[in-house]
Amino acid sequence: MDRIINTDVLIIGSGPVGLFAVFELGLLNIKCHVMDILDKPGGQCSQLYPEKPIYDIPAYPVITGQELTDNLLTQIKPFSPVFHFQELAKHLKGDGQGGWQLTTRNGKQFNAKTIVIAAGGGSFEPKKPNIKNIDVFNESVAYSINEVNNFRDKNIVILGGGDSALDWTVQLHSISKSITLIHRRDNFRGAPATVNKVTQLRDKGKIDFHVGQVTQLLGSDNSLNAVICEKKDENIEIPCDILMPFFGLTMALGPIQDWGLKLNNKRIAVSTETFQTSKEGIYAIGDINDYPGKLKLILSGFHEAALMAHDVFKYLNPEEKLTLQYTTTSSALHERLKLK
Amino acid sequence: MVTINFISSKGETKKVEGKEGQTLMECAKDNYIYEIEAECGGGCSCATCHVYISNEWLSKLEEPSEMEQDMLDFALNVRENSRLSCQIKIDQYCDGLRVETPETQF
Repeated sequence: MDRIINTDVLIIGSGPVGLFAVFELGLLNIKCHVMDILDKPGGQCSQLYPEKPIYDIPAYPVITGQELTDNLLTQIKPFSPVFHFQELAKHLKGDGQGGWQLTTRNGKQFNAKTIVIAAGGGSFEPKKPNIKNIDVFNESVAYSINEVNNFRDKNIVILGGGDSALDWTVQLHSISKSITLIHRRDNFRGAPATVNKVTQLRDKGKIDFHVGQVTQLLGSDNSLNAVICEKKDENIEIPCDILMPFFGLTMALGPIQDWGLKLNNKRIAVSTETFQTSKEGIYAIGDINDYPGKLKLILSGFHEAALMAHDVFKYLNPEEKLTLQYTTTSSALHERLKLK
Repeated sequence: MVTINFISSKGETKKVEGKEGQTLMECAKDNYIYEIEAECGGGCSCATCHVYISNEWLSKLEEPSEMEQDMLDFALNVRENSRLSCQIKIDQYCDGLRVETPETQF
């Protein structure tokens, strides 16, 4: 796999605004790489409300988050953006020649002339349960699984009743020493097939299931031995080597706040002419930016993407003159849109 | 106008005026109730507007929908009186409603 990627533009975030930025840059013949912490494009639209209707996209009286994402992907197809999913933008530094060097949590490196931050509310991270001493046992708490073998012959306690909790219960029950699923109610919300499997495993006694919640972690030397589960009438102690909480995702600005960009109200300050941040060559569009009069709307993000793209063009091609062309009539744009 | 009492996890009560027709979450945001996040903006999609309704008020509100129940699975420290404030519409009968906010939404 390519660990070092050279590009004119790196877009951080593949929500609707990040995707539309690919389009606006593409019209100006600028190619992009796009990275996202999630495993698919769409950002909040596909992660938080894929099925829910949006009523304020111009010319669409109603459209769902997923339809909007799918339409944008169709619209940017001619520009063949390169996507990098499950990557978190971690470190950013200048490359000494006016460009930027960005490293991801997994160690991928982008050498980009310009960076467009379209990261919405920040990166999605798993919610951490509000259990007092959870930080002591960080090593024993897992929010995802990289290496299944680490779970072999372990006592595992899984919290939650959604798809992730159920999927991992099914996957891990055969290799673990024990699996206990703890959920706040006797009702699961997940793909029907998975719900059936978990119910079967429970009925056959292959997994333990409790209605309740974990209130305390027990162990020594930062390593977890057991959890206390508070049930309706009693508290019980359950042996536990690894705790896996699945309470969904939340958004946090994350490492971006350490990049030295000027911030307003935890959002990135930008010029409303160019959407450039306090650092040259770094732009911010969509929900993540802030300026007087800012409205956190998808349609505002689209407008910001267009203005950003024109400034990026001038930044990359200081000698060239840029005249606004229309997609209806311009044969150059038709060529870029692969209409010929 | 309808009076709503928000009680923070530290026990401080803030009395605010709610408008009929708005949601409890919107009322909280309008009045800077900082323990309510409402990341998704009211779409019943994130469970970060989780509140506890005082027991004496619980039965006076409409029952939570299945969608709200499902989303409550993603809230932390859920109790019998947990609700998502974006799913509660304020009406004239809410006058005096007492709502506790949790210490954390994440």
